[in-house]
Amino acid sequence: MSTFSYSKNDTQTSHTCYHCGEDCKDEVLHTDNHTFCCEGCVLVYDLLKESDLCRYYTIDGAQGISPDPGFFNGKFDYLDLPEVASKLIEFTDGKLTAVNWYLPKMHCSSCIWLLEHLYRLNPAVRSSVVNFPEKKVRITFEASQIRLSALATLLTRIGYEPYLSLDDLEGKQKQKWNRVRIYKIGIAGFAFGNIMMLSFPEYFHLGQSTSDQDLRLLFGALNFALSLPVLFYCAADFFKSAWSALKGRYLNIDAPIALALLCVYLLSLYQFIFQTGPGYFDSFAGAVFFMLIGRYFQDKTYAGIAFDRDYKSYFPVAVSVLNADTETRKPITELQKGDHILVRNEELIPADAVLKSAKALIDYSFVTGEAEPVERTKGDTIYAGGKQKGTAIELEVLQRVSQSYLTQLWNNEAFNKEKGDPNQTLAGRINRYFSLTVLGIAVVTFLVWFFVLNNHETAFLAFTTTLLVACPCALLLSSTFTNGNLLSLFGKNRFYPKNAHTIERLSHIDTVVFDKTGTITLSDDAVIDYVGRDLDIDELTIIKTLAVQSSHPLSRLIVKHLPGIAVSRRELSGFTEVAGKGMRALWGKTEVKIGSASWVGVTLEEGEANRNSEVFVSINGQITGQFTIKSKYRPELAETILALKKAGIQTFLLSGDKPTDREYLTGIFGDASAIHFEQKPQEKLDFIQKLQNQGGNVLMVGDGLNDAGALRQSEVGLAVSDDINNFSPACDAIVEGAQLSLLPAYIRLAKSGQRIIKQSFAISLLYNVAGLSFAVTGALSPVIAAILMPLSSITIVAFTTAASNIAASRATGKLTNVINRQV
Amino acid sequence: MSALYLLIFASLIVALGFLGAFIWSVRRGHFDDDYTPSVRILLDDNPEDAN
Repeated sequence: MSTFSYSKNDTQTSHTCYHCGEDCKDEVLHTDNHTFCCEGCVLVYDLLKESDLCRYYTIDGAQGISPDPGFFNGKFDYLDLPEVASKLIEFTDGKLTAVNWYLPKMHCSSCIWLLEHLYRLNPAVRSSVVNFPEKKVRITFEASQIRLSALATLLTRIGYEPYLSLDDLEGKQKQKWNRVRIYKIGIAGFAFGNIMMLSFPEYFHLGQSTSDQDLRLLFGALNFALSLPVLFYCAADFFKSAWSALKGRYLNIDAPIALALLCVYLLSLYQFIFQTGPGYFDSFAGAVFFMLIGRYFQDKTYAGIAFDRDYKSYFPVAVSVLNADTETRKPITELQKGDHILVRNEELIPADAVLKSAKALIDYSFVTGEAEPVERTKGDTIYAGGKQKGTAIELEVLQRVSQSYLTQLWNNEAFNKEKGDPNQTLAGRINRYFSLTVLGIAVVTFLVWFFVLNNHETAFLAFTTTLLVACPCALLLSSTFTNGNLLSLFGKNRFYPKNAHTIERLSHIDTVVFDKTGTITLSDDAVIDYVGRDLDIDELTIIKTLAVQSSHPLSRLIVKHLPGIAVSRRELSGFTEVAGKGMRALWGKTEVKIGSASWVGVTLEEGEANRNSEVFVSINGQITGQFTIKSKYRPELAETILALKKAGIQTFLLSGDKPTDREYLTGIFGDASAIHFEQKPQEKLDFIQKLQNQGGNVLMVGDGLNDAGALRQSEVGLAVSDDINNFSPACDAIVEGAQLSLLPAYIRLAKSGQRIIKQSFAISLLYNVAGLSFAVTGALSPVIAAILMPLSSITIVAFTTAASNIAASRATGKLTNVINRQV
Repeated sequence: MSALYLLIFASLIVALGFLGAFIWSVRRGHFDDDYTPSVRILLDDNPEDAN
């Protein structure tokens, strides 16, 4: 097998694009002493220069975005339809209008700068404010000066295409951020601090004089007043959740907390009314404050990442509808049976339809997992979800979008049930035993004081203070803070779990199932070999120049794999392309053909055809050779699987694709029975279910809609995405493609997390034993309670944070070594 | 002793003032985005913007 015959000396020095920072692979354009990789980047540069916004490039880490070449005029025309616009507009007073758009391409501080200077690009924009974590920009503009479609076009032209999904059009935007939670923390903290301060005199023993008695009454009354909002507002969620659990006849983690809080509050109220003591208002407010912080910390998730997308966010919002040769954009929800639609290169087919054009090349990889685009001819039915590659095609809609074949998967029950019972969490289970034990101790204490020692007053005091010091809030804190810290540690390693429950389920995983296409293969890269006689630099130039003309994925890959070759500006004459066959053109007098075997005139032997994708080249009727294109596997794949196996985890492969590379994959997975090809989405889901019925805890790794069912059915559905802002199906966690090799480390870290929770339970138990020994003897004074409670909380928070940080650096440290070895 | 009562109420009113300021700022959205402002403050406007 020979390689390309050009030597290193022939290749030009590499150029970096001034705008997007990528290497210039296809061509090099020069403007103003800067080099650019494509026309798109030059256009953005010109636009910014015109508005004097070139400071953009001087900001640290500035890396522009090459605008989407698939953009065409009129793409956003549907935004001007009143019924569409009204759903997207956040606010309007007739003159000024505001929209809050999600711009997934936003990635650095220079993006913020550019987007907040939109008014320089178009004076009709009054202001634009970026929310970077959510990747949103709120634009206020004069509705009479600029239309919504023009605004969207402006953003797209500078590279930030707004992401508009069907959910937006159906008015189902979710409010992710909950301000109520912050109000509650603020008020609980305020009450805690002030009650603490007003309790100090009591700690240091007020005297018995009249004025001291008056002060005691005043302090008590103020403490009582300050505790009211804590009880009725801040702690309301604990009571509500405990009550609904009790109604459902089970104990959740909030039930013992609510019971303890209620007991402490009633005891304090009793002491305040009958002037028998100062009460435990400070401990009460403190416990609520710390628990709210813990919950906030745990529930803080990644605002910019969507985990719950379904097919609707994958579909375009509008399609081009042909009506007697005029083209209009129409929201796909209004698409009717019989409509004629026009689908361009790289656009998605939104509904099941019949092909009206002569030929189409449909890429179903996202829907079925098939790696190669399939050819369809006039009259064929094309299912929704495929992507057209090549020239625009015309289709007649067969069914409404909501009834298409693809959307049927979402009717499976797996999509309707919530994953994992939150009451089955480690903290929940331990808490149940813990609560019963504490309740037992409290009852025994009460009975002993009441009947044996015959001291009724102390009996009640001992009973309630037992519940107070054993307050399971320390237990709650240990799990919330551990999980909260793990969430951010996972995020730093570019693994994004949806919530804390995911981490716990991840720690129980014993089976990992992989999808093939796009998951363990690289979606944008391939292994290309050239077999045949050596090509000289001129011939390579001809091949690249010809391949650049085509949008066929194989042509794009060939272009990408001839990086050092310049595309000639020379006109090709007699260029013809036949979709699914190949291309032909004249280079001067030389006739060049690139394409399938039959196109260039090669006869393949039986069985040889279609094993791999092959592109043949013929120059002047002479076959020079062929490019074979194989999907490229992630380089660390073998090592990852090996590490999983060592950890005692079973591995499987489910592919929707044809059985290619079976030997290679068997070598990696070790067993031919672990590999399954040509699996339909429903079969994938059933396979996971079968593993679960055998008692497996399954982690499914997938990337496309064809995995959506399996991701939903598995204990942990992990979506792989090379750009976390791209579409990924509904899942429990998202990982960046390059980080997939860290999967064993992620599972190990989740396991350490569970261990840390258990250890901090042990610590809080020590405090409880100390506190209980005071409480059962009836000697727990408010001072000791006030010291024990925050001390135990702070110790636990410090311990879990430190321990989980150490665990994370250990788990990922080992793997960075692995990666370094490979580099 | 009456000075003590006065001081206690004064301190409570000050504390309530801060609580009010906190609630106002949450309501105005100051806590909605805890990252972007830290970047924005470091980005200079162009000189001609200042005019």
